[in-house]
Amino acid sequence: MPRLNPRHRFDSYVVGSANRLAVTAARAVAESPGAVYNPLFIYAGSGLGKTHLLMAIGHHAIEVNPQLTAEYLTLDEFIEAFHAAIAQGQGEAYRHRYADVGVLLVDDVQFLTHRREMQAELLRLTNTMLTAGRQIVLSSDRPPNEISALDERLIQRFAGGLVIDISAPDYETRVAILRRQAEERKAAFDPSVLEAVATLPIGSIRELIGAFNRLVAYQAVQAAPITSTEARALLARSMPQTARTAPAAPAPVTATLVGAGEVGGGTEAPPGAPGALPGLTGDEFGAFLSEISSAVARQVEAWRGRVAEAILRWQGEGFRTARLELLLEGEAPVDPDAALRDFEEDIERLKLFEAEARELDPQVGDQPAFRDPDRVDEARMEVERAREGLSPPPGPSPIWRVEQFVESGINREVTQAARNVLEQPGVAYNPLVVYGPVGVGKTHLLHGIGNVLAATPGAVVACQGAQDFVDELIKAIERDRVSWWRSRYRRVTAFLLDDVHLLAGKDRTQEELFWLYNQLADQGRQMVFTSQVPPQQLEGIESRLRTRLEAGLVVELPTPDREVREAIVTRLLNDKLGEADAELSAYLAGRPVDTVRGLQELVQRVLEAADAERARPTAALARQVLEGSPAGPTRRTTAGRTSGLLSPTGSLRSREKMVWDWPDIPDRLIEDQR
Amino acid sequence: MSLVNFTTREITCKIVYYGPGRSGKTSNLQYIYGRVPEARRGRMVSLATQTDRTLFFDFLPLDLGVISGFTTRFQLYTVPGQVYYNATRKLVLQGADGVVFVGDSQARRLDDNIESLQNLQANLLGQGVDVRTFPMVLQYNKQDLPADLILSHADLDEALNFRGLRSFPGDALRGAGVFETLKGISELVLKRLAQTGSGAA
Repeated sequence: MPRLNPRHRFDSYVVGSANRLAVTAARAVAESPGAVYNPLFIYAGSGLGKTHLLMAIGHHAIEVNPQLTAEYLTLDEFIEAFHAAIAQGQGEAYRHRYADVGVLLVDDVQFLTHRREMQAELLRLTNTMLTAGRQIVLSSDRPPNEISALDERLIQRFAGGLVIDISAPDYETRVAILRRQAEERKAAFDPSVLEAVATLPIGSIRELIGAFNRLVAYQAVQAAPITSTEARALLARSMPQTARTAPAAPAPVTATLVGAGEVGGGTEAPPGAPGALPGLTGDEFGAFLSEISSAVARQVEAWRGRVAEAILRWQGEGFRTARLELLLEGEAPVDPDAALRDFEEDIERLKLFEAEARELDPQVGDQPAFRDPDRVDEARMEVERAREGLSPPPGPSPIWRVEQFVESGINREVTQAARNVLEQPGVAYNPLVVYGPVGVGKTHLLHGIGNVLAATPGAVVACQGAQDFVDELIKAIERDRVSWWRSRYRRVTAFLLDDVHLLAGKDRTQEELFWLYNQLADQGRQMVFTSQVPPQQLEGIESRLRTRLEAGLVVELPTPDREVREAIVTRLLNDKLGEADAELSAYLAGRPVDTVRGLQELVQRVLEAADAERARPTAALARQVLEGSPAGPTRRTTAGRTSGLLSPTGSLRSREKMVWDWPDIPDRLIEDQR
Repeated sequence: MSLVNFTTREITCKIVYYGPGRSGKTSNLQYIYGRVPEARRGRMVSLATQTDRTLFFDFLPLDLGVISGFTTRFQLYTVPGQVYYNATRKLVLQGADGVVFVGDSQARRLDDNIESLQNLQANLLGQGVDVRTFPMVLQYNKQDLPADLILSHADLDEALNFRGLRSFPGDALRGAGVFETLKGISELVLKRLAQTGSGAA
């Protein structure tokens, strides 16, 4: 019985005219739970002792019958626990939770306002308790019929037992409460002080005790005992605004006594029972209404359970259920079953679309639209696009920006060519072939060009490595969808292929590329290729393709010279530190490193060392790190060679790509492994 | 007719009391009328002849209040029992959600009961209603009469209740069985609502 406050017992409850009936009823209930007033509904304004009385019932019931269990909970706790149980899919288990509780004490039921599901739940619980002859006691700050939007059936149920109120304590009771407090706290006050406090306009017991506490606190720091005048002055100062009004005149105690039987059972109230409301409770119509209400509610409310189940299920399968959640938040929808049906039909559609899309193009299958029943149309369009080969082939990676490409005297030919291509795509140089050793920035330039081209409205830019291009074709062949694969590429407005030398020996891909080339060239679509060697030196590439690569402009992207290296180092330092040390830049650029990737490694090592020593990276530090270190930077650089540059984040784009570029391993060896 | 309308948040049940003339249909409604708090009942409309025989029909609207957010109304109708008012009976029967057949327990009225029951079946069939699933209960009224004048509940079930429907003995004048019958038919009507879906407009 952990929830019952041990101080809240009948012994400590001061009985006065305002609460005598309520206490009598509460004692009767505690002495024979389930037998007299069931349910017992106690209502009273805030701070008038409802909770105390509820807990006192629990304590006393257990004292009388130690085998009994009593459980106290506020409505909020009830709701919270119920929601938690529902969220875990254990609604049913939660309902059984109270099966063994002999006396259930529910506080603050006024919060049932507008909570239909909880009303239904409480009704179910009340019915269960009543049927099993177990006691339920509820409290609220207003009578049941004044709890707005409270289900008729609950009002009926509550009225079927005893509804009783506690009004504000009268003067004598207030004095008695203060004396009881003084006794409990072992605080000695002059009787006139307590009497003076009792005359203050304090409506609730809680506030009265608060006032008493202030007296105790005040007294503790005063040498002389407090007088009644001082007490009055002290409390008037700190009295809350609401309580400064005149004390509520103790209202006459009203009780709607309707007999002990349950209304739902159809037992008739004895004719002329005192206080019985004719025709409302205990009568045939009341019983009828009560039963019909249950039947109606079963039909009407059942949809919530179905929707909640559906949400759990579809969320579990990874679908968005916003639409259903919205349903639950609102009142009953126009037709809950139709809404559920529609939702499920949409999911079925999505599943079909997704399956087809995945079959066509795994990338398309990952689109979030396939998991959102509110985006069926979008999903359909995705599938249609994929079906017609309209879903775009892989595009340029957004991390490579052309404006970050460092231009200098040595690479001006390439950058100028790129600029011309961007100004007049498909016209200036078609194709543009950029060749150069690994790690000099070909991929950067290629994707940079691709990104600018892709920014044009309506542009579809294919930009990828030759190896990915080969892999795609192989997949298409496996799935017998080569024509679909072709149509995808034939509608691109620009075609950019990195590392074209990797096509060596891949005859089928070369053939496809040949046809694609012809078509794109006819349509004036821009093509850009990169290669480690100039086209005429490409081995394993058919001459018809090789000659075509030479048809546009072939430019070399040379190994960066000192100027480029310094610019690159400066940019890297700027990126990392926000500023660049000219001496450090000059020193790093002067290192025998011939690739951007190598420079990046240098900068990284220096920065790490500086970080470790909590020092600013300087040329001296760099010298110490790079020249004092046994692992020479040159060796490291060659070991880490790759045809692709490091991405600005410093990570390799593809491990596989790294292996490809080991200079001693011929490409065909890798193909054999495939 | 729409039983549950989620748009207007209303539940409306039309229940028709059917049976031979003078079997106690109007008495059923009057008893209910007398037990319903004033706020919940509409005006009972009764078009009766001077000899207290229903010429057209009785109509008693019951407002059950807001249940689970739905304004719930029951409309109780009676039909004129006399054979020659079949057109009115058909009219009243239209769109009914459930029927209470009020039989007269007197042995001499057995044939009237059977005739009325057959007439009910014919009218329902005429309206395309599947009588096998249509919500219906029987009430054997006037069970308070001396035992030698009436047939027992079991006998009446034997004679009339060939479909095995729920049946209630009744004394509509004093109210015995009246609410039990109403409860019985209401439950069937609401249960059917679950089987046929929401029935939204």
